Amino acid sequence: MPEMTLVGGVNAALAYEMAADDRVLVFGEDIGVNGGVFRATEGLQQRFGPARVIDTPLAEGLIAGMAVGLAAQGLRPVAEIQFMGFSYPTLDQLISHASRLRNRTRGRLTCPLVLRAPFGGGIHAPEHHSESTEALYAHIPGLRVVIPSSPARAYGLLLGAIRDPDPVVFLEPKRIYRLTKQEVADDGEAMPLDVCFVVRDGTDITLVTWGAMIHETLQAAEQLATKGISAEVIDVATLRPLDIETILESVAKTGRCVIIHEAPRSGGFGAEIAAVVAEHGLLNLLAPIARVTGYDTIMPLLKLEQHYLPSVERIMDTVYKTMEFA
Amino acid sequence: MRCVAQFEVGYTGYLDHELRVSGPLPGFAREPAQLIAAYRAMTSARAFDRKAINLQRTGQLGTFASCLGEEAIAIAVGLAMRPEDVLLPMYRHHGAYLSRGVRMAELLAYWGGDERGMDFQSVREDFAVAVPIATQATHAVGVGYAFKYRNEPRVAVCVLGDGATSKGDFYEAINAAGVWELPVVFVVANNLWAISVPRPLQSRAQTLAQKAVAAGFEGEQVDGNDYIAVRDRLDQALERARSGQGPSLIEALTYRMGDHTTADDSRRYRSAEEVEAWRRRDPLDRLRSYLLQSGAWTEADDEALQAECQEEADQAAQIYLERPPQSPTSMFDYLYERLPRAYAEQRKALAGPSDD
Ligand SMILES: Cc1ncc(C[n+]2csc(CCOP(=O)(O)OP(=O)(O)O)c2C)c(N)n1
Ligand SMILES: [Mg+2]
Repeated sequence: MPEMTLVGGVNAALAYEMAADDRVLVFGEDIGVNGGVFRATEGLQQRFGPARVIDTPLAEGLIAGMAVGLAAQGLRPVAEIQFMGFSYPTLDQLISHASRLRNRTRGRLTCPLVLRAPFGGGIHAPEHHSESTEALYAHIPGLRVVIPSSPARAYGLLLGAIRDPDPVVFLEPKRIYRLTKQEVADDGEAMPLDVCFVVRDGTDITLVTWGAMIHETLQAAEQLATKGISAEVIDVATLRPLDIETILESVAKTGRCVIIHEAPRSGGFGAEIAAVVAEHGLLNLLAPIARVTGYDTIMPLLKLEQHYLPSVERIMDTVYKTMEFA
Repeated sequence: MRCVAQFEVGYTGYLDHELRVSGPLPGFAREPAQLIAAYRAMTSARAFDRKAINLQRTGQLGTFASCLGEEAIAIAVGLAMRPEDVLLPMYRHHGAYLSRGVRMAELLAYWGGDERGMDFQSVREDFAVAVPIATQATHAVGVGYAFKYRNEPRVAVCVLGDGATSKGDFYEAINAAGVWELPVVFVVANNLWAISVPRPLQSRAQTLAQKAVAAGFEGEQVDGNDYIAVRDRLDQALERARSGQGPSLIEALTYRMGDHTTADDSRRYRSAEEVEAWRRRDPLDRLRSYLLQSGAWTEADDEALQAECQEEADQAAQIYLERPPQSPTSMFDYLYERLPRAYAEQRKALAGPSDD
């Protein structure tokens, strides 16, 4: 089995599906000869040609709109937005068209597109290159929002996203693009969307997170174990539609729930999870639900970004406070 | 300084409002049957419009955008396209859909607030009307790219308004269509108004057609109230696109004779004299007078046609009004191919205990 990084998993999934299905077109800015600024599309243009791996003019609204047109024509567009911070012109197309094309034509036209974008902080990037605005996308009915957090899940979930008959926003945690390597079978096996993954079993507390924060959360769980606290860790993976059963089952078992995300706290996707746990699992709770998140501030530039991002220590502190409730 | 690039923007008009003919007419316009077919379609579209406004005024339809005065463009688009081409329209040119085979009752359903109206039983690949201005322009790029990628001799036809040409979507779309030499025809129905904002406040450019020049392909103007001119230039543009010669932009000069929609009162922002001046350029009157003058059409023919079209619109309204409504839970049933589990509870809450 080949060893892959997370970005390598993205690349392998794209290559696998392009070879298997000539309806798949990959396009975006600098994704051709250059292979994308993070090299996610490296080698694809050489292998599949410029008609299928397309350098577009520099226009995000165009990229999203043309994806809608291609998808409605039965192709399988996989568009790359270079950074999430430049994805906002695509919101118009996602909200006004991609998410509702099936609904507003009663199934006559459909929109099986994938819009990929790297997101999140911690790589000392310039302004606008570090935010986590996944909640904006997760608020849109008709879309799927999928976030991988390991090489295997990048590979499997991206295949699942490309094969999904509806539009998927696929957000890639760029801080962990190359953080770890993992053996991943390049066998074209997709992973299921719409489900959370329990990535560590535990009995005392449920830690719910996604994207790059999986890394700090697993580290925290490791250290908590040495203090006798058994933490279960859930990678949400698909934010919309949310697999509440897996989260509720875990909370029913542990009685405690801490949600961790990089994005600002207010109106962040953690609020939705907290609400769902309160609505359906309140009576199982032994302690208030807690959140460890970015602050409700503008994401600071690189000198201060480490103070903004939730750390292993902040996660552990919150877990200790939550454990204090009898 | 030396000149490094130079451009021209052409204008085509064959039949003006005083029935003066300039230049030799294109072949199709010398066949009375072809012009009569177009005139019939325009008359039918106007009857549809009248019916829709009546239904709205009597509380039986939602807000409606009338095509009054722009029928030559709508019908030329519909008749110039082949069935396998794809139309990406704005919300106004109902006649384009109708002349491609979409049923009046379907369009009434949409404007009456029923999503099934855009589930056309014919031209299944045509796009639904675009309400957010100019957002369909980049879809046309994707559709055109798909045709080119699959080597299909098909064309995407995108209809937009003058206001739409101010938006980034429009510029982004024509730019990309130029880069990839896509089989896309952009038709700008310049009716001089975007709700209450007149054409000069949209752009300082002398023509909207010349915006295509910046995208690397030709833009031209036509008399949008002259069916013969619009149809002729569209035929040429579609042929170029179909044979791999890339995109075109046609700016059709016309006038929105009615209010912007049934929710608008255009007396607030434009003069009765202006409206009156354009009434004399009505595209239907023009074609009718020309046909009458040529002897290919008689007053009796016309009376019969008016009655026929009225009847057709009445019947469509009947079908629309008698159609049973969708069940409320249908709002869940086309969100995704299969309703995700996360939605089950909400759907059940809406359905109530008696339902599924
Ligand atoms: C993006 C967007 N902004 C505003 C509106 C509201 N609106 C609806 S029609 C219209 C004017 C459009 O003018 P034009 O493109 O010239 O088309 P016309 O209605 O004149 O045919 C406006 C501002 C909208 N639908 N979409
Ligand atoms: Mg206008």
